[in-house]
Amino acid sequence: MFRRFIVRRVLLGVLVLWLVTLGTFCMFFVAPGDPARTLAGRQATEEQVALIRHDLGLDQPILVQYGSYMNRLIHGDLGQSYFNGESVGTLLAGDLPPTASLVLGGAVLWLAVGVSAGVLSATRARSLLDRTLTLVALGGVSMPTFVVGLLLLYLLFFQLTKAGWPIFPPDSYVPLTAGPWEWARHLILPWVTLATVQAAVYLRLTRGSMLDVLGDDYVRTARAKGVPERRVIYRHGLRAALTPVVTQLGVDIGTLIGGVVVTESVFGLGGIGQAVVQAFVSGDLPVIMGVVLIASGAVVVANLAVDIAYGLLDARVRLA
Amino acid sequence: MTITELRVPAAQVTGRSPWQLAWGRLRTDRVALASAIVIVVLVTLAVCAPLIAAWNGHGPDDQFRDTGITPEGLPVPPGGEFWFGTDRLGRDLFIRVLFGARVSLLVGVVATGMASIVGVVIGLLAGFYGGVVDVILSRLIDVVLSFPYLIFAIAAVSIVGPSLAATVFVIAFYSWAAIARIVRGQTLSIKEREYVEAARSLGASDGRIMFIDILPNLLAPVIVLVTLLIPAAIVFESTLSYLGLGITPPTPSWGNLLSEAQGFYRVAWWYLTLPALTLLLTTLAFNLLGDGIRDAIDPRTERIFSRRRKKK
Amino acid sequence: MPLVEMTDLVKHFPVNEGTLLKRTVGQVHAVDGVSLTLRQGETLGLVGETGCGKSTLARCLAGLHPVTSGRIVFAGRDITNLSRKAMRPVRREVQMIFQDPYGSLNPRRRVGSIIADPLVIHKIPGDRRKAVQDLMERVGLNPEHYNRFPAEFSGGQRQRIGVARALALRPKLIICDEPVSALDVSIQAQILNLLKDLQDEFGLTYLFIAHDLQVVRHVSDRIAVMYLGKIAELAPDLYEHPLHPYTNALLSATAVADPDARRRRIILRGDVPSPIAPPSGCRFHPRCPKARELCAQQEPRLEGNSHQFSCHFPVRPGGSL
Repeated sequence: MFRRFIVRRVLLGVLVLWLVTLGTFCMFFVAPGDPARTLAGRQATEEQVALIRHDLGLDQPILVQYGSYMNRLIHGDLGQSYFNGESVGTLLAGDLPPTASLVLGGAVLWLAVGVSAGVLSATRARSLLDRTLTLVALGGVSMPTFVVGLLLLYLLFFQLTKAGWPIFPPDSYVPLTAGPWEWARHLILPWVTLATVQAAVYLRLTRGSMLDVLGDDYVRTARAKGVPERRVIYRHGLRAALTPVVTQLGVDIGTLIGGVVVTESVFGLGGIGQAVVQAFVSGDLPVIMGVVLIASGAVVVANLAVDIAYGLLDARVRLA
Repeated sequence: MTITELRVPAAQVTGRSPWQLAWGRLRTDRVALASAIVIVVLVTLAVCAPLIAAWNGHGPDDQFRDTGITPEGLPVPPGGEFWFGTDRLGRDLFIRVLFGARVSLLVGVVATGMASIVGVVIGLLAGFYGGVVDVILSRLIDVVLSFPYLIFAIAAVSIVGPSLAATVFVIAFYSWAAIARIVRGQTLSIKEREYVEAARSLGASDGRIMFIDILPNLLAPVIVLVTLLIPAAIVFESTLSYLGLGITPPTPSWGNLLSEAQGFYRVAWWYLTLPALTLLLTTLAFNLLGDGIRDAIDPRTERIFSRRRKKK
Repeated sequence: MPLVEMTDLVKHFPVNEGTLLKRTVGQVHAVDGVSLTLRQGETLGLVGETGCGKSTLARCLAGLHPVTSGRIVFAGRDITNLSRKAMRPVRREVQMIFQDPYGSLNPRRRVGSIIADPLVIHKIPGDRRKAVQDLMERVGLNPEHYNRFPAEFSGGQRQRIGVARALALRPKLIICDEPVSALDVSIQAQILNLLKDLQDEFGLTYLFIAHDLQVVRHVSDRIAVMYLGKIAELAPDLYEHPLHPYTNALLSATAVADPDARRRRIILRGDVPSPIAPPSGCRFHPRCPKARELCAQQEPRLEGNSHQFSCHFPVRPGGSL
């Protein structure tokens, strides 16, 4: 049953990806402007434009164009940048390290802080700590990611440096090859920025779900049997409480990607997120669509992973 | 005992609706009340922004090259003439924040309103009819909810160009799914109630059952969600505008104000922090109000800021 | 001419599996060949255990479920599986009172608008508020309370609201689906008396469903016993001369007011079998103390005129199991 469930999810993911390619393909058509003319440059003659148009296959019937578009996509070719004619795949691959570093650290921080603070809050419900955490979380969910980033830059970079404590460097990315400490030091503020809003959401989610579970009969039974409180919370409670958290995780991958775009723009990290914003400014449609496809693929894969994790956490799904 | 003996003055027998009961509880919630006041003040200020601008003579786009810019060409800090200081062009930041509030609040409310209507209708249809309709609509909801949304917004705006309308549509398109999901779930359970069957046995049409019998019973969670989606929409708008995808200058919005301010935080603290704090105050007030409404509508949920704090 | 004539009524619910592509893996035989007539002005009691199909039968009659096969004739007109539009005039004549006085009234709507619902839906002209208040008065509610919400009434009062709603269109037939089983015993009699009074006043016909035999006994002219989707027995004086072993078992299970009456409790074996795979032959045979080989092989037909029963080996009048 579990295998059938996974197969269905994979099929659904493929369907979604196909719809996305259809969408991106259509967007090229409704987009204003002529890509051949854009690529040819201002001084190009009509013949040159026609030649480029022919090279790109833009004079072919729409279905043939779609076929070759899909064919190129399947072979990993995301097209060429309007801006400098470079392959979109190569361009984005070059931007991957900052993005990967940001996502990795940010996601770890987000889940670790969010879930553990949520558990802490729930097990000490109504305490001063609980109320403080809840208020902080409410502040967190009320903040746009970029405002968090800007305020961190202002307070932790600018004010600290001015006060003679240059702990946090300003915006920029240092590759891992420059040493892990330098790499991490330059990424701390972006990580915190990316994680704050989501950690607040997960604090609220974990707290609520944990409180629900701790009120359930089987937890009460475990307590009545004399199971130690720690064991009740971590063995009986947390496992069940994490199920809604894991579900939410699948939904939030898209939000995470949005956060990456914003964080990279605030700190000028030069990753894929910043590339897409720059592509927007310069009207570089192939780059934008390439990022759309990569991001959608990431979401589909991540959702699949979440579904599998969910199935392992909650035996009921496997049977349903 | 006859019926006439039971009669009491009509004024006493008008029932208190569940809404009135919820309102009674909300009125005693000090945090929610304070948040509501903050929101009312903000909305009033935003609505009256042109009057305030006319009163102190600072239009939103007026550049005060003499008084609004220091000899070094930098913005002027807050003071008697410019309450929030000035921006990089010597414009009154307070007035610009107020005019920004008009745009940000308008986008938040309009986008959420559109999303609510679409979300309620789709959720009702999916939950009420079930079957294939439900399978398709709920898959659609799932997909929209897990979209890499900002990326799609960038793609869409790069086609149609940034504008107020595009911003509203992008946000509405993002928000409806959350409402539809909740409405669908509620509809699924409510349509099994006997009073729905009673309406059906009377020959009520599907539309009447959905909107007269089912809708009022799922309005409570929708209202809570809407109060929480408005700040989310404001956050989204400011993010889009910050990235240059939403409201573009010279029209001020909180997002593009902050975007302009980013280059100046080393020399003009007010330029970044005051608009940012206004934005936070607004979204926080909406979120606190939403929590308060949830508590008032569903008194079983635990209150975070309890009035009965002493109870141990 | 009888008011209602149901012939070989069958209602099966498909049992589905799978989320996207539904496959039917079985059928719930909720109602499996029931023929019943209701005479103008009578009360027909319908009893049976939970899950025997009595509520499904009622909902088929009320046009809430499409019928799998069979025929329903109402006032000389075939109303089997009518379209929604064609069913509308019939709905004016057939009304329902539901079991749960808490679930059957919309908690978010005022009582006045709940009672006015039938008038609004069927576009009855006239002063609706006055009509509603008249109805409320008639069923023993304070007409000043039309602006209140259901939550402000007691269970008995709520059931009166349900009665008022059913009465609003002056129907010919009211289907009462366990109208008092959710109420306190002291309130039950009030509602039953109200129903009786209304029947006399408006010439109503009732199909009265209950699982409590004592309640049905008081109000019914004839009583039908249902078991696993079929009628086991139907008679005007069922309590005096039960012929079917199942009826006997049911009657022996009810509390008797007279302590001197020494009656042997008949304990039935096992549980009610699943309606997805009903037993062969007589449906009651796996639990019947009198079952013989024939019962498992051949299904008994519903026989008799005024006293109908479906059993190969009925209990003799005066005899015992």
